[in-house]
This record gives sequence, C-alpha cells and structure tokens, in this order.
Amino acid sequence: MLGRHEHLRLSFCLAAGNTTFLNFQMPYIPHTDSDRKAMLETIGVQSIDELFREIPQNLKVAPGSLNLPPALDEPKLMAHLMDLSKKNVNLTDVTCFLGAGIYDRYIPATVSAVISRGEFLTAYTPYQPEASQGYLQAIYEFQSMVAEIYGMDLSNASMYDGPTSMAEAAIMATGIKNLDKVSVSESVHPHYRKVLDTYCWSMGIEVETVPAAQSGTTDLSSVGSTSCIILQYPNFFGNIEDLAALRAKCDAEGALMIVVADPIACALLKAPGSFGADIVVGEGQPMGVAMGLGGPMVGLFTCKKSLIRQIPGRIVGKTKEAHGDKPGYVMTLRTREQDIRREKATSNICTNEALMALSATVYMIALGKNGMQSVAKSSVQNTQYAIQQLTAAGAKLRYNGKVFDEFVLDLPKNAVEVRDALLKGGILAGLPLGEYYSGMENSLLVAVTEMRTKAEIDQFASQLKEVLA
Amino acid sequence: MSAVGSHRMKRMPEPRLIFEQSSAGRVGCNLPVADTPEVDLNSVLGEMREELRLPEIGELELLRHFTNLSQINFGIETGFYPLGSCTMKYNPKINEKTAGLPGFTQLHPLQPIETLDGALEVLMGVQEMLCEITGFDEITLQPLAGAHGEMTCLMLIKAFFEARGEGEARRIVLVPDSAHGTNPASAARCGYDVKPIPTNAEGNTDLEALEKALDGTVAALMLTNPSTLGLFEPNIEKICQMVHAVGAQVFCDGANMNAMVGTTRPGDHGFDCMHLNLHKTFSTPHGGGGPGCGAIGLKSHLEPYLPVPVIRRSSGKVVADYDRSQSIGRVSGFFGQFLMEVRAYTYLRAFGKEKMADISRHAVLNANYVRERLKDVLPPAHDRPCMHECILTAEKYKKENGVRALDISKRLIDYGFHPPTNYFPLIVPECFMIEPTETETKETLDQFCDALIEICREAVENPDLLHDAPSNQIVGRLDETMAVKNLDVRWSPSS
Repeated sequence: MLGRHEHLRLSFCLAAGNTTFLNFQMPYIPHTDSDRKAMLETIGVQSIDELFREIPQNLKVAPGSLNLPPALDEPKLMAHLMDLSKKNVNLTDVTCFLGAGIYDRYIPATVSAVISRGEFLTAYTPYQPEASQGYLQAIYEFQSMVAEIYGMDLSNASMYDGPTSMAEAAIMATGIKNLDKVSVSESVHPHYRKVLDTYCWSMGIEVETVPAAQSGTTDLSSVGSTSCIILQYPNFFGNIEDLAALRAKCDAEGALMIVVADPIACALLKAPGSFGADIVVGEGQPMGVAMGLGGPMVGLFTCKKSLIRQIPGRIVGKTKEAHGDKPGYVMTLRTREQDIRREKATSNICTNEALMALSATVYMIALGKNGMQSVAKSSVQNTQYAIQQLTAAGAKLRYNGKVFDEFVLDLPKNAVEVRDALLKGGILAGLPLGEYYSGMENSLLVAVTEMRTKAEIDQFASQLKEVLA
Repeated sequence: MSAVGSHRMKRMPEPRLIFEQSSAGRVGCNLPVADTPEVDLNSVLGEMREELRLPEIGELELLRHFTNLSQINFGIETGFYPLGSCTMKYNPKINEKTAGLPGFTQLHPLQPIETLDGALEVLMGVQEMLCEITGFDEITLQPLAGAHGEMTCLMLIKAFFEARGEGEARRIVLVPDSAHGTNPASAARCGYDVKPIPTNAEGNTDLEALEKALDGTVAALMLTNPSTLGLFEPNIEKICQMVHAVGAQVFCDGANMNAMVGTTRPGDHGFDCMHLNLHKTFSTPHGGGGPGCGAIGLKSHLEPYLPVPVIRRSSGKVVADYDRSQSIGRVSGFFGQFLMEVRAYTYLRAFGKEKMADISRHAVLNANYVRERLKDVLPPAHDRPCMHECILTAEKYKKENGVRALDISKRLIDYGFHPPTNYFPLIVPECFMIEPTETETKETLDQFCDALIEICREAVENPDLLHDAPSNQIVGRLDETMAVKNLDVRWSPSS
C-alpha cells in the first residue's frame, strides 16, 4: 500500500503531464526584476535570502523544493476544478428532500450581486469604523432583523455556525448560573449535540440528554437542577416543541431557556422570544446562504437585553460623531472580547461570519415580511401535500404532532436502502435516522421546502411506492 | 492625495437605514409559488405570530442601498490595507469562480458520502499540500476560524494528556506577553489556567523565564512564530526541546505563516501542532470579518484525537472516517468551511511547486522595504530584519507633539490608505504593525511611505490636523463611549 506522500506524488504527477518548469510571472505578485533590485538596494542587502538570515540554516527549505504539484495556469486551473466539481452529485442533478438543518431554499440573485462586491468581500473586521460604515450599518440591520424574527431584544453580529452558536450559548449559561451542567433534548440536531459535547468536555461541563425520541417531542419531567435547558424549534424530527412548557420548567429549575430555532419557521410560528426564551440561536443558512457542503454557514445568536454583557462575539452599536451630530456605527461592548480581556473574555471568538451575515441581511430585505411568510407558507403547504402522498405510497408518519416543513417517515424497509434506491431515480429522499437513533433504522427524515413542486412530490411518491413494493 | 473614497464620500448623502425606506406592499424578489393545494395554516401550525416587522423594499432600491453602503466601506480592492497580523493580500478572482461552481455550491453536507468524490478530493488535496508546506503529519480542515483552530489544537493536547493519565496534573498553558488575545482566551475556553511568559529586550522569548515556568503542571506553550513583533524566534528549536523536556507540548500560532510559506516549515521547528488561517495565508477572502478558515496541522502522536470526520485515503479512495474511538468529537457542524477550502485549493494549485516560496520571499521583501523607508520617522521597535511585517513606534510624537498612533492612523485614511494595526502587540508603546503582503507593488508601498512621512511632518507642524482626522469620510471620529453608555444595537419601530 502506498503511503500518503507517495499518493501525493502520484496524483500530482498525473496532473502534471509533461509540464516543465517555466519562469512565469505570478499575477498575484507584481514585482519585476528591477523592483526587486531597487528594493534590495534601499534595504541594503544583496539578496532576498539575506532577509531570512535569522532562520537557522537547518530549518530552511530551498525555494521550489517542496513536493507539491506543478503550478497551473488559469484555464487549466478552471478546467481542473470544473472536473473535480463534476465528480459530485449536486442538487441541480437531483430533487432534494433532504434537510436536517441545511435547506435547499431559493437564494435571490441580489444576494450574490451584493456579497461579491469587493468592498464587502475583501474587507476585514471593521476596526476603523470611519472607513467601514457600510459593513457596520449592514450588520446593525442584520442584528435588528434577526432579533425581530426570533422575537428577542438583541442579536450579536453572528457566529461561525448553528452548532457552535448553540455550544457558546450553553457555556454562557454555565457562567451566568455558575453551574457546570447543561441539559439538552435528544430532539436537538445530533451534530449540534456532538459539538456541544466536545466544547463541554474541554471545559469540564456535564451534558445531560433529555429524552425525546419516543414521542418525538421532549419529555422535560426528568430534568433537575441545571444551568440551561436546550430545545430545538421545530426540533430535529420536524416537530414543533411546546415552548410554554419549557419556560415553566426553566422557571421551576432556575435554568436559562435556550432555543435553537429555524428562522424561516419563525416567520409564521410564534417567536421563541414571545415565550420568554433567554437565548435563541440558530443556523442562518436557510436565509440566502449556499448549502456548500455545510460551510461557510452563519450562526445566529440572540438574547435578552439583561444578558448582553455575557454574550460572545461581535456586536455593532449605533452612536454619533465625537465632534459632530452625524450618526454612525461601531463595534461595541468590546471589553468582553479576547483582544482586550484575553483569558477573561466571554469567548475566544474574534470574528463573526460577516459575509454570510450580509447574505442573510440581503435575503431578509429582499423577501421582507411578505416574502418570508410566503416562503414559510409554501413550505408548509408542500409539506402537508407530501405527507399525504408519501403515506398513501406506503410510508407511515412516525409522530402525530404539528410539523412545519419536515417530518419522520417509518418505512417497511431499511431507510438507507430506500434512500439509495430512490437516488438512482434522481430523488434525494431525506436522511436515514438509524445512524443517529437506535431503533430508527427504518426511519427517514424528509424536508419539503418552497422549492419543491407538486410534480416533484408526486414523482417522489410514485417512486417510493415502487421501491417499497 | 489618493482619490480612494475621498470626494465621493463627502458629497454622498448619509445612508438611511433600510427600515426607513420601507413601503408596505413592495417586494425585492420573485419567489416560487407553491402549486400544491392550499392549507389552513392555523390548523396545521396552531397559534401563529402576530407581526413580523421586516422592511418591504423593491429590488432596485435594495441594490442601491447596498451599493451605497459598499462605497463607504474599505476593502483590499479599494486600496492598500496593511493591517498587521491580518495578511490582507489580494483575493484572486479565479478562486471566486471555482468556488461558485454548482458542483460545489449545490452540495448538501448530509447527502450520501459516495456522491461527494470531487469534494473529498478537494479536501484531501488541501490537506496534503498543507502537510507538505507546514511539515506536519496530519492536517484537519474542521475548525471554522483561526481562534477555533487554536482551541481545537488545545483540545487535542488535552485529549493527549488525558489518555496518558496526566490530564489532572497538567492544567497550565504558557502564553508569551506578545501573543494574540485569542491565545489566552482559547486556553481559558479549554479549561486551562494561563501563565504569561515575558519577551526579552531583543524581542525573543525570555528563556530564563520560560525555564522557570516549565514543570510537570504545564500542558503547553503557545508560541507565535514569527512572533507578533514580526521577528523570527532564532531559539525556536531550543524552546521546543525545553518544553518537551518537561513532557509538555508546543503549539504554533500560525497567524504569521505568510512569512514562512515555501521557505521554512513549522513542523521541522519542533512544534507539535499549529493552526493556520487560510483566510490570511492562502487568500480566502476575509469577507468583512468572516468566514475565517482555520486548518490545523499536527504530528502523528496527536492523530488519534483528531476531530471527526477525518478525511483520509483508504485503498485508493478518499473517505470520511467517523470510526475513531479516541477522537475529541465534532468541533463544527459538517466538513469545515468547504467553499473556502475550494478557494484555498485553487490558490495552492495556482502557485504550485515552482512558485510557492515566492509568497514568503516577497512578503518579507515588502515588509523590510517599508521598515527601511520609514525608519527615520517611525523607528522600528527592534534593530533586526523583520519578517512579513514590521513593528514601528510613534512614541516620540506622543511625547513631543501630543499625537498618538491612533491619530496618525486616522490621518492615513484621509490619504486613501487603510491604517495598519495599532496598539498591538501590547508590549510596544504607540505601536504600528504594518503588514504589506506580497501582492503590493513597490509604487503602492512608496505612496504609502510618502504619506506616512508627510503625516509625521504634520504631526509636528499641525497636530490638530491629525486629531481631527479623518475628515474625508462619511463620518468623523465616532463616540465609542457613548455607544457603550447608550446601547443601541437594533432598530425598532419606535426608535
């Protein structure tokens, strides 16, 4: 068997063909020979190598000596990446009924037009607010709309992704309650819980899992003293959890109420904030961010005003000129952050997910109130139709509760086999749940967004009927 | 004076908030209409929300809003952006094109792994090239940003010691006083106590202090190399040996990898693990402060603890391995920042074997050139060749003219340049940290240096010009204290 480096050499040789070393000029490095000469003269050294004289000789590698593939010119580069991209089955090739936290939703053309503007794309964290008002205002608008959708007092400037946002919320709760224990429902996305486990392990925090898989919604009766209780809304199975009951339980146990919420569902559902949630987090991907194999995503993080000083991440605030009256925007409450507070910071996070937050901002504006509710309504309508058709085709709806755009089907066969069979016919049927929940080997999680048509759902149902026959 | 942002900003009207432009009934997107039978929402969903106060805006107004906002925002494509420690290099357009291919953007992270061969090859390709460039045995692309990568490295170290039964004993992480704030914050986030290590007068790690701090309670030293002073640590091998002698691990903060690409490999220096910022060194766009992209490299003794999934070769195929009993688990939702990895892959393949070293060589050339041209007005903090960035001090203007580094920076905005990093590292007074990167021309560097020389003259002759700067932006200096006192972090209908 070949070792990794042999493989490397092999695959790169194949890519190389007969290319010989060329003395070409890289377009990203503009120096000409005369530039280099003049610059070295000004510095007062003979060669670039001399500038590296503090690096011990035995630690240097000669330029060009690394075992790397040869450089590709731009057309070859494009062709190579095009080839690689075609080795995937992408969702323009199949009809997608797979969700589970990442959704195939329509992305308005305006989103890419805005985020590809170089002034946004190539900026960094707005440390110089006077030269960054564009981004700062956009993030202020983002914070305003995310807080509105979740029904919360305020939002931060965004987090890496949904799972890390939830883990940060849980850790924030342990700090506020001074109690190293968090409780999370089994009906919260398994990947979110895995990330939570990792974060909590490293900090010595106990994670209690609250049962839910049997009934499809969380049974809170077993929860005792804890810093927070975390539920998802709608939950991983698609069911809409009882947040009023969660609030009551949190009050009884003195715990913070944390909800992981789908922002699209919240366009119609009662907002988590209206139930008195303390922290609401979520994945912002459904709002204008490409699925992109799950990255980059954008974590949403909102909370009650009283908790603002414990919040992780950046926050943009409105202010005015020091010597004038014009309004402007700055990053605020900076003394919580790592570059000032170092080990006493509320988190080690030093970026938000600005570009994806900008995508979500454009999305929320492009759709506005009516569009967000229309997308949510279409999803509900398509979902109800799909439930009818798929159950008629021989599947059984596992749970009885209310659902938004996702539901669990129990099949008479192994769900992985059914999924694979349907994929051959161009239907990406959903997520088999056996890998995540024992005893659910025949269960399939199906999502139906506004993107699906009646004809596609009918096609899914008729193919399912054949596969199950 | 450069035209960048100057005239047009002054005459532009103040941008209104999008909420103030809303008009009931307008829409900004032609959405799909469901052709399935209508349902009664109340009976399906139960009680619904009463209102959703989002703006209602037409498509053209939306675009104008953001175009106007973009024009009051400074990016690399606007002008020179020498923000030290951030490696604001050009973000090649071809990367955007490859990362925009539907065969990459239209992938669901939970679709069957057998349908993702191309994506796995990209991930594996980035890992293999980064292994070769850094000299580490393994790379994982799971962390979502630089600080996330630091934290993941510390988690690996923690798991390593727990497996050896030393988890309880080793509870201290040593962090030099020149380190990025994320280092101590990441250590604290992994439950470690942080102990600072001083830097000596030459700008190197104080070996005596390090020796004293090292014992069996230490889990790791977090070292930035080249340091945040822009200096290569000449004792790096010795430092790694000293740390290893007490059984502890050495983490390399890779923020400054741009100084080393193709020239020297941190894995050869003795480090056990390191984080990389693909958004710095490997040109993925900073996006206004994210997405970051934080690969980590590690030696084989830390390999069993890698976060899942581990992307590796197996019988001629690239696979995603979840079956790893000693793994720390997941640190992020799916496969890391995949579309950023496509960009990094494109960038690495564009340079290839022949040109990779050109990155560090020209980054270091540019930084030394700026350092030399400015040394009379802004003296370097240390009398040594710098690596990819130079650290200069404006202390004399503060003492003699009442002008701070911040004032000089704000005046640079008037001249059309993004200011360098100020006040970091914390150990250099009135500090400028200038990182030009390799993608800037000599002409740009000359214009920038000329401007700084001129500003330093202004600092002596007309300090108020600097105190009042910038004067050509949409707003003047902002009241940050008021922003904290009267917290206003969202629009609401009554405000």
